[in-house]
Amino acid sequence: MTQTVTTDAPPASPRTPRQLAWVRRHAALSRFWREYRKDRRGMAGLIILAVMIAVALTAPLLANSRGLNPIYATAAPNAGPSLSYPLGTDSDGRSVLTLLIWGSRNSLIVGFSATFISILIGALFGVVAGHFGSIRARAGRVTDNVLMRFADWFLVIPFLPLAMVLARTIGPSLGVIIVVIGLTSWAGTARIVRAQALAVETRPYLERARALGAGHWHQMYKHVLPNVMPLLLANTILTVAGTILAESTLSFLGVGDPIRPTWGQMLGSAYNYGVGTGNVVWLLAPGIAIILVVMAFTLVGHALEAVLDPKLRERR
Amino acid sequence: MTALLDGARAAAEERSGPGTGSGLARMLAVKIGSAAVTLFVVLVVNFWMFRVLPADPARNLARQTALTAAQQAAINRTFGLGRPILQQFGNYLAQTLHGNLGRSFVDQLPVTEKIGQALWPTVLLVGTSTVLSTIIGVWIGIRGGWSRGSKFDRTSTAFVNVLYSMPDFWLGMVLLITLAGKVALFPDGGMHSFAGAQPGFAGLRDLLWHLTLPCLVLTLVYLAEYSLVMRSSLIDELKADYLTTARAKGLRDDMVRRKHAVPNALLPSITLIMLNLGFVISGAITTETVFSWPGLGRLSYEALNAPDYPTLEGTFLLFSAAVIFANLIGDLLLTVFDPRVRQA
Repeated sequence: MTQTVTTDAPPASPRTPRQLAWVRRHAALSRFWREYRKDRRGMAGLIILAVMIAVALTAPLLANSRGLNPIYATAAPNAGPSLSYPLGTDSDGRSVLTLLIWGSRNSLIVGFSATFISILIGALFGVVAGHFGSIRARAGRVTDNVLMRFADWFLVIPFLPLAMVLARTIGPSLGVIIVVIGLTSWAGTARIVRAQALAVETRPYLERARALGAGHWHQMYKHVLPNVMPLLLANTILTVAGTILAESTLSFLGVGDPIRPTWGQMLGSAYNYGVGTGNVVWLLAPGIAIILVVMAFTLVGHALEAVLDPKLRERR
Repeated sequence: MTALLDGARAAAEERSGPGTGSGLARMLAVKIGSAAVTLFVVLVVNFWMFRVLPADPARNLARQTALTAAQQAAINRTFGLGRPILQQFGNYLAQTLHGNLGRSFVDQLPVTEKIGQALWPTVLLVGTSTVLSTIIGVWIGIRGGWSRGSKFDRTSTAFVNVLYSMPDFWLGMVLLITLAGKVALFPDGGMHSFAGAQPGFAGLRDLLWHLTLPCLVLTLVYLAEYSLVMRSSLIDELKADYLTTARAKGLRDDMVRRKHAVPNALLPSITLIMLNLGFVISGAITTETVFSWPGLGRLSYEALNAPDYPTLEGTFLLFSAAVIFANLIGDLLLTVFDPRVRQA
């Protein structure tokens, strides 16, 4: 997506280049927002996300973190919803609502951090492969091929068993889960970014940059990367949905950090210590939370894609 | 795993585009060769994860963490841990190629035997649910995509989006407590009502009765992906010129869809389904765990929690090989189905 200077920018007295750029960006952003607002599903997803993130950020205000410690739990274990425990209690007598609120924090942290790692590696591989792949010289082709072969390996190695094994051999912690998910999920991004980078490489402004003597780094950083950025953003949002699901699966299988509850871990303990008996909400609530947040990320991601790529808009 | 599947899709699209190779035989050789290379990398990864990555492999490879010096030495000898790393790797390769995956820590049975026992239940479960999810998913995708924006399309897209966001193990547990709890419509897990399979028709009915819920879960979860892909690739074809031609020569709408649009739109789905097949096998880990289905997934879950490293190593190797193999078959199928790929 190239952002051209449009007539949206108010005609004004001479400005510095910086101010001009700012005005241009502002106009592009508001145009983008006007387009995005039309997408009802995207807006619904955005609202759900805003609520979830607000809950995660204000967790200490909403629920006392002491409620996470089984030692302070005084309620009857695995009891159904009551006035003082709106969502009932788990097998340790902790409030499910407290766990759910604090779980949102950890689930989102894992989701965002793992996505960050995944996108960083994916973008690096994609941009470098796309840039060198478009060069005529043999060395460029070879670089591209080697990088993409490498990505292909990561694409076919089954994620779940690999993550299980790594988390088990290194040790259970949120950090390990984040790194493992990040390291096993970047290949898709690399593929998508490379395809876009190859398209960008054929544009005249890159020829101009080369003619003016721009080095590889300058070309990639100043020209290719900014132009794959919008696509990367949409892909990032979609990746978060995937990493949150992946986290819930890993935590459910018991390779998570036992001290920091996530939604997946709540489901894991609900499965191990009380499925079907006593408090059904203990099982239902985290699952619904996962569905909502994953769906919200998917909806926002697809809405972004549709705004950025008019061809995709027809698929909606 | 959304990103992963997106990537798979991108790779599939790239592959189905015109390439620059020469000759069918050459292409086959390249495909098979690269699958072999990938398999070798998986072996390296497997070796690295279990023998090199842990600070103290002997401790990792033993059942208990507190070891006497003699026990440690014995384990070092059995696994050849004292030797140079390349020699260890050579040894590991030779053993694996001879089908020796070691013995389980839990019951001392050879890992190959344990895997052999768990293979059939997984193949049954994954096979049935793949066939069902493919047929239903592709059907929903075609119907929704062809009449885009219709009531059916809107309802099915919403339904499929919810399914797509759903953790499969959660769906399994919800089905368990609603249909197999107090209302005992279905059994609460396992593969047979009694130890061992009953003979004859009663046994078959019992097996199907146990198969229903886990199969339903996997079908629903995977159907979502297939119908979304089918729908979007059909929509991409809707404006193609050859459809206008087909209509212009007077074909019924039904025929245009069946004979012209669907065969072309099916190609990305074939690759995705084949690539997915390998992942479904490892993805069955959670579903098999929830339903106590005695397959490979359940086996690796138990191995993970024991921990039983030789078994875990064996199942991981098998899962990886399954993905690579499925991917290779998908590639080859694509060559058969798509003349553009064949001639390229």
